[in-house]
Amino acid sequence: MTTNSPSKVHVTTTINGQQHELLVPPYMSLLDTLRELIGLTGTKEGCLDGNCGACTVSLDGRIVDSCLVLGAEVDGKNVDTVEGMATPEGLHPLQQAFLEEAALQCGICTPGILVAAKGLLDNEPSPSEGRIRHWLAGNLCRCTGYDKIVRAVQKASS
Amino acid sequence: MVATYDAKTDYKVIGSTPIRHDGMDKVTGRAIFGADVKAPGLIWGDLLRSPHAHARIKSIDTSTAEAMDGVFAVLTHADFPQADDKSIDAGEGTVNLRRGQTNVMADGKVHYKGHVVAAVAATDRNTAREAARLIKVDYEVLPAISDVDTAMAAGAPAILDGLVGDHLGQKVENTNVARVFRHEFGDVDDAFANSDLVIERTVSMSMVHQGYIEPHNATAIWAQDGNLTVWSSTQGSFGVRSQTAGLLHIPESKIKVNYVEIGGGFGGKTVAYLAPVAALLSRKSGGRPVKLVMDRQSVFEASGPAPGGKIRMKIGVNKDGKITAADTDLILEAGGYPGSAVGAAATCVFACYNLPSSRITGYDVLVNKPKSAAYRAPGSPQASFAIETVIDEICDACGFDKIQFRLDNAAHEGTRRGDGVQFARVGLEECLTAAKESDHWNSPLGDAPAGKSRGRGLATAYWMNGGGKSTCDLMLQDDGTVMMNEGSADIGGTRTSIAMQAAEVLGIPVEDFHPSIPDTDSIGFTGVTGGSRTTYTTGMAAYNAAHKLITELQHRVADLWETEVDNVSFADGTFSANGDSIGIQNLAGKLDPTGGPATATASVNLAEAGNAYGVHICDVEVDLATGKTDVVRYTAIQDVGKAVHPQYAEGQIQGGAAQGIGWALNEEYFINSAGEMANRSFLDYRMPTPLDLPMIDTIMVEVPNPLHPYGVRGVGEVPICPPLSAATQAVKNAVGKPFYELPVKPGRILEAQNGI
Repeated sequence: MTTNSPSKVHVTTTINGQQHELLVPPYMSLLDTLRELIGLTGTKEGCLDGNCGACTVSLDGRIVDSCLVLGAEVDGKNVDTVEGMATPEGLHPLQQAFLEEAALQCGICTPGILVAAKGLLDNEPSPSEGRIRHWLAGNLCRCTGYDKIVRAVQKASS
Repeated sequence: MVATYDAKTDYKVIGSTPIRHDGMDKVTGRAIFGADVKAPGLIWGDLLRSPHAHARIKSIDTSTAEAMDGVFAVLTHADFPQADDKSIDAGEGTVNLRRGQTNVMADGKVHYKGHVVAAVAATDRNTAREAARLIKVDYEVLPAISDVDTAMAAGAPAILDGLVGDHLGQKVENTNVARVFRHEFGDVDDAFANSDLVIERTVSMSMVHQGYIEPHNATAIWAQDGNLTVWSSTQGSFGVRSQTAGLLHIPESKIKVNYVEIGGGFGGKTVAYLAPVAALLSRKSGGRPVKLVMDRQSVFEASGPAPGGKIRMKIGVNKDGKITAADTDLILEAGGYPGSAVGAAATCVFACYNLPSSRITGYDVLVNKPKSAAYRAPGSPQASFAIETVIDEICDACGFDKIQFRLDNAAHEGTRRGDGVQFARVGLEECLTAAKESDHWNSPLGDAPAGKSRGRGLATAYWMNGGGKSTCDLMLQDDGTVMMNEGSADIGGTRTSIAMQAAEVLGIPVEDFHPSIPDTDSIGFTGVTGGSRTTYTTGMAAYNAAHKLITELQHRVADLWETEVDNVSFADGTFSANGDSIGIQNLAGKLDPTGGPATATASVNLAEAGNAYGVHICDVEVDLATGKTDVVRYTAIQDVGKAVHPQYAEGQIQGGAAQGIGWALNEEYFINSAGEMANRSFLDYRMPTPLDLPMIDTIMVEVPNPLHPYGVRGVGEVPICPPLSAATQAVKNAVGKPFYELPVKPGRILEAQNGI
């Protein structure tokens, strides 16, 4: 199929609690669907082969690399990205902890790590250091050495 | 204004840990990085890259690609104007414009796999990629030269046509050795002859990558009036401007580079690979905005990694524990064009030691790999690995205490570096003393579980840090807050560490600052965020601008109070004269009758910086059956001069240590027989994950830099250097075998144990 093919896939999906009706090219990743079709550029591209985790989003409560999911696959599903973490009342405790603990430097891996860490704390409110490191092993950060990231997740856990 | 250390200690802002001003945008996904840029009518570009590591281009046929629906432009080197044959400063190294141009798009010959051969602009990313695949290139494949030994062998084919090497002043043609240089003092050979012990080893290491998570990107609009607008992830917008101007042979003043957030650089984002290509694609597409984003494979294969190579290291010592002489050959891979970090490696290699005699010979060697670029203290990690490996062996052979031996031979104020430069006040002895007194050094290794063995290593390293040019503007607003413009790309919180230095002077809380990083039309020249220069140099510009603003405000207060300016004093954020006083933030709203807004700008060009030293202690646990090494405890000690924002300074040290641990134990360009990098993904080029590292403890020593009012030294780079040897010596200590080749990966450990 060429990229100029007129055929697109009709997708109805809920992104950060808001319903979207989309026509998605069948080859388009969820990452590009979010970034190019919706305009949610908080989810980042780092490798396009599922090894860096910069594009991590939550799909029906399960964290995935959005570069490895097709936009056409999210019909009827809930997608949550970093843009949906804060509420009108304030930042998510993880976001606040990342600021207070200096858990970001350049900030490119931060959205993916925040979404991944939220996926952990939503299910396990008080993970150990080892559990946090294991859970985040799919998210590369090249700036921090992870020390302050792990501490921030610990701080945000109950 | 020449600022020197003012020995003040009762800081209000310096040494505190405010939350960075750009933090909110970066935790909510709102921060705009290079690839996030949108422009009306945006189209996408893609690049065709060489599948061969070394080949002549016999012909390029772009006709099928040009005819494809949705294609706006196809580009080859023939579309580039002739660039001047001269070198320009790229912040951390220089770029020869003509070679730089053929590096961003090959001219007749490809020097490494992934070398760009042609480019396409089309309606969207996928169409551009498909069109690029339709370009037909006929190659004459040449043998690939993958290591320095092959490159330097007699009769080796020359990679770069027309290269004339400079070998200790001799012009040499038909060579892959672009430069041989030497620094020497004292009678090295005589000192070796009279030494009690001389140890000579040759170490080697592979090319490694900076591994920034954000790939290179650029978006350009070359409008019909000749003005070019660029967005590109870079450590320095002015560097993108000068390189793009040079490669396209247009005036810098025709180019505006907008600031975008940068997802890591570590030296690798000082070279403009994509902006000149995006610009030409835009012009050929009728001025449409064109976006280019590199894929990860191309980032590995065709950006600017750190050189591998070989280092011969010979050190003499006497029974009293004093080093007598040191001699080294530093042979580093430049990649496909001249210009490795060997010059900086020579600067750093002996800088931890006070040597009576030394000889340093550097070789810059072309190989069929990507043109190397700066990577965090470029050249120093390799150099540190070489000398610290031999120092460790000397200590073992003679029974010297590893810290006391280093203290007995440590560089200090007045020591001459191997290239002749004499040190002002430096903090290596303080770092070594802190290491000696640390909990880590004084704690037992602990018992390893069955089948595993523990070891400890220690190493030191040096980085000179950078100065150069920076600009900062301050504008006091009516409500008492301060708008601040500064030119340094912010990769780790420097908006805040710069603002803190002005805030300290003005007596205004740093939370009341609004820092911005404007485009190149809207701020004075500022060099790259590199060389550990930003908090030091741009911070100095902010400090100077704050003092200028106070002087301006003293005149305003004199006007308001109808007194002589000499009567107006300023301290702790308050202006006083003749018994009256007013706080600076209250004064801000009362300036209209005195001439309106108060602003100040300052630019600096600092020739020198404060030298940085680090001492790292590493404990490892080696699985004797698999060779897998876990770092179980790590302490990084560093002289930071003065930690402006201690959390962010500590983060630099931890991040540098993590990169160095990866370099020591895992990371390498694994080159196959075709000269290709076999492990060109994050799966196979395995950088440390959260699971691979322990918490990284830091001890920050503060020996003030005499050149800075707060004593600031750069902190970012030196921490990547000591881990190469500290981790390697820890493995040696664990398994009882030395290692002379990086990385110290499981296979090498098993080979050493089995005596292979």
